[in-house]
This record gives sequence, structure tokens and C-alpha cells, in this order.
Amino acid sequence: MTTVQDAPQRVDATATPVRRSRSFGFNTVSPREKVVRYVLLVFVLLITIGPFLWQLSTSLKGSGEDIYTRIPRLLPAQPTFAHYKEVTDTIPVLDYARNSLVVAVLVVGGNIIGASLAGFAISRLQFRGRKIVLGLFLATLVLPGEVTIISQYVTVREFGLANTLLGVALPGMIGALNVLLMYNAFRALPLEVDQAAIVDGANAWQRFVYIGLPSVRGTISVIAIFAFIGAWDDFLWPLIVLTDPNKYTLTVGLQYLSGTFSNNPRLIAAGTMIAFIPIVIVFATLQRFFFKGVEEGAVKG
Amino acid sequence: MRTNRWFTPWVLVIPALTWLLVFNLWPSINTVILSFTNARPIGGGHFVGLKNFETLLHDDQLRWALLNSVIYMVVCLPFLTVLPLLLAVLVEKKLPGITFFRTAFYTPVVASAVVVALIWQWILDDRGLVNGLAEKLGVISGPLPFLSDQWLLLLSAISLTIWKGLGYYMIIYLAALGNVGRELHEAAAVDGASPLRRFLHVTIPGVRGTMILISILISVSALRVFSELFILSGGKGGPGGRDNSVVMLIQQYSQGFEGNLGYASALSIVLFFVTVVPMLVLARLNRRGAEA
Repeated sequence: MTTVQDAPQRVDATATPVRRSRSFGFNTVSPREKVVRYVLLVFVLLITIGPFLWQLSTSLKGSGEDIYTRIPRLLPAQPTFAHYKEVTDTIPVLDYARNSLVVAVLVVGGNIIGASLAGFAISRLQFRGRKIVLGLFLATLVLPGEVTIISQYVTVREFGLANTLLGVALPGMIGALNVLLMYNAFRALPLEVDQAAIVDGANAWQRFVYIGLPSVRGTISVIAIFAFIGAWDDFLWPLIVLTDPNKYTLTVGLQYLSGTFSNNPRLIAAGTMIAFIPIVIVFATLQRFFFKGVEEGAVKG
Repeated sequence: MRTNRWFTPWVLVIPALTWLLVFNLWPSINTVILSFTNARPIGGGHFVGLKNFETLLHDDQLRWALLNSVIYMVVCLPFLTVLPLLLAVLVEKKLPGITFFRTAFYTPVVASAVVVALIWQWILDDRGLVNGLAEKLGVISGPLPFLSDQWLLLLSAISLTIWKGLGYYMIIYLAALGNVGRELHEAAAVDGASPLRRFLHVTIPGVRGTMILISILISVSALRVFSELFILSGGKGGPGGRDNSVVMLIQQYSQGFEGNLGYASALSIVLFFVTVVPMLVLARLNRRGAEA
């Protein structure tokens, strides 16, 4: 497959006329088309981020302010952070956030290390049973996680890790899909580079660290971003594993919060924003790597 | 020349392999074993033979859950195969600020389903955004019970899933679109084909494989739905539990004194067979595509 944006010059507003005539005539944007495109883009933008803005606005509306107006008002008349304080005072939202962070860091670390080691070995090293190992990883993709979630819980419970954050993190710490993604990324390296390194006396570990890793950074960042988002957002698994409210992760805690404050949308709104804003910041900061990594994976896939 | 020692690859593979065996393969086998027991969330259980499967046959809750799943899948499929493709075509062209739009369209994917469902709960509330607007416009006289009516609740959850999924499938299509030969587009344009014709006769055939893959992803994830229905229904599965999904039932049996991990495992096996169906269909479609 090729890329998300394989030719930056394809439609480049700053391109010189010469370049433009070389790129494809039908692909240049007429002013009218430009207007239509931007109108559509803004329309979709409203649909996709409108609900978040609405929730943000609700969370900032003062207690004296009527949030049930017939004409919905986006800008708070009496903006206040009081509901954020109230939520953090009543429910240990910040502890939940820390719990989520602990789980997410374990999952990200485990996947980066475990998946790149295994991916490298399966794609770059010869050993007996290599095909079988690869087949095993492929086979698990067919199985939706929810199917095994109960017996996973039984396994974690037998390890004595029920109701612990480690128990929440452990099963996701090396994902089969991530191993396959790394396998794919490493496979794209030319074999000659490896052979040259072997001639120079590099062992497997050196080839992994000095040749393999630097060239798969894009895929690693995609794995890291997805692992983080996945762990931070997950709901069903921590809901099953955790019984002690002190150990709740943010999503489970939020659901608990919505039960407690079901009559106060402002507080729930503040709680959801506390869970939402960090992940958006993480994603907005890393989106460059994300889109680039998707591209890299796509080129090589 | 130094070569690998025989065990080097294994040292690298063993952590991942251990995880695979302990958290994927063994649990799949153990699900089958557990389904013949009445194991409890706390403490053990014992062998009960086929009892769980007999109970399944007469389980009204399961029947509703399966019906909901099928409706979920049938409604999600057309929307989520077509709309994200249109979105991908819209954001494919590099206009100034396009990265911002791409990122923004992806935001609902990044947000937790719990966060999203809580936001929508407020939007769909009797006094929320949608009812407020509709009343203001005089479309309805009283609030529509989006969150308490069996079918409206299901429909609300489905809309939420579609809304949340748009950006995800958009990215997959975006990667696939780069694959559609530009020469074909150019040739069609030179021959005077309109953008619509080019979309129908160049773009769509070009992403056919991706469309099949996406359909399968949509079907499987529609059958696995949990958070949206759970949160929108306040964990209760709608009136009389008729808005449960199969995964919600599994979760319910996973806890408390009423819990029954054996029965939850039997439900998991049902879920497995239900999700295998769309995958088999995909395999067929793919093969036919290759022959054609």
C-alpha cells in the first residue's frame, strides 16, 4: 500500500507554475472547489468536535446559570471552574487519573519492548519454529478479546492480581497485533544491511539496537500512541478486574461518578473533561508521528 | 564471522510468546473448560456438563442481546463503510490546514467510549441539546425518550458508535486512497469523466479490498459493543434489560454473588461463533474478488 500523503507536492498551494503543470491538472483546486471543500470540512468539524465543545461549555457554566435553556447556549454566561473543584473534592478523580496513568505506562512500556524484540526476532533471525511462532501470533487476531475476557480474569485472579492495577495492565502488556506490526516494520529493511553487519561481526543484539530500531521509529510511535490511548480509554477490562473504588481507573471512576451525580450534568461534564483533555493533548502533540507512522506502515504493509 | 547462538532468537521471542500463551491461548482453551462449570467470581465451581448451554437456549436476555447485535450490525454497516470513504476523499487533498481537520475528525476515536457516551447522555437527555433544539424548532411537543425507550436507546447507541467510528475508518481509507493509481484518475479526467464518475469508477473499485476489510471490522465491532450501551442505559441495559448486548451479559455474569463465570464463558462461546460469521463471509468475498 502507499501512503496517506505520498506526494506532498501533489496539491501544493505554494508550488510554482512549473511544478503545478507537472503535477496533475485535474488535481489542482479551483477557487470554487476550494470553497466547497472548506464548507464541507467545517460542517464535519462541527459534527465531530461540537459535542466536546458543548460538554466543555456545560462544565464551565455557573451553578446559577440555567443549563436547560430552550435555545442551547455555547458560551457560559457565568464561567467558573467550581465544578472541577467540586468533582475533585467529592470523588478522587486525580487518583483515578494517576491509576490510569500507571496502567497506561506499563502497557506502553511492555508493548514497545516485548513487541519490538519479538518482531525483530521473527522477521530478521533464522530459527527452527519461526513459522509456527508467527502463525500463533496471527491466529490470535481472529479472536475478539471479549471472548476470552472471563478466563483472562480467572487467570489474573489465580496470579493473585485481581483488584490490582498490575492485574489491569498485565494482559495488555504485549499485544499480538503489535508484535505483528513490528514484524512487518522490521521486514521492510533490506537484507543486505543485515548481511553487511554480520560480516562486520555484529551480533543479533547489535543489529537490533543499531540497525533495526532506528528504522522502525515510526511504527514504534504508532504502537506507543495506540497502546496509550487503548489503556487510558479501556473500560470493560478494568471494570471486571477492579472492585475496590480506590483502585478505579478514570473510565471506571467516571461511570461511578455518573451514578453519583446523575442529577448534575455540570459535575459529570467536568469529570469527562478531566478524562478527555489529557488524551487530546497527548494525541495533538503526537499526531505528527501518528500520521507519519500510519503512512510508514502503509507503505511497507 | 560471529553467528547467532541458537537460543538468541528465543530469548527475544520468549516474553511475547509467554504473554500469548498465558493471556490469549490458554484463556481460549480455558473458556471452553469453564463453560462446562458453574465457576463463581469468588471461589471455585464444579463441573455441570451441558447445563449452561441448555440454559442458553431458553435465555430471553440472550435472545434480545443477539437481536440487538444484529440490528447494530445491519445499521452500522452501510453508514460506516460509506461515510468514512467520503470523509477520506474530503481530507485527502492537501489544502492549508488540512492536518488540523484530519486531527479534529479523529478526536472522537481518541476519546474513551465512556467519555463519549457520558457526553451523548447529556446531549440526548430529556432536557439536553437535541430535545431542546427540536422543541425550540417546534418539531416535537414533548421530549423524545432517547435514553429510556427500548428502540430509541438502541438507535442512540448506534448513532454514537457510527459517530465515534467515522475518523477511525477514515484513516484506513486515507491510506488506501494513496494506493489508487493516480494515472487512472488522470486518464479518466483527460477522457472528460466528471468527479462523480471518477469516484464511482476509479476510486471505489480501487478501494474495494479495503471496503471489505472495513466491513468486517465494523461487523465484528458492532457485535462486540459494550461501553456505549452500558453507559447510555446507566448500566441497566434499558427497560427490562432488553437493550443488553452479548458482552454486557458476559460482564454482568462476571461479578457479585449472582455471578456465574461458567455461564459467562458459555456466552463467550456464543459471541465467538457470532463474530466468526462475518469473518467467513469476508474470506469468501475476498476469494471471489481475487478470482474476478
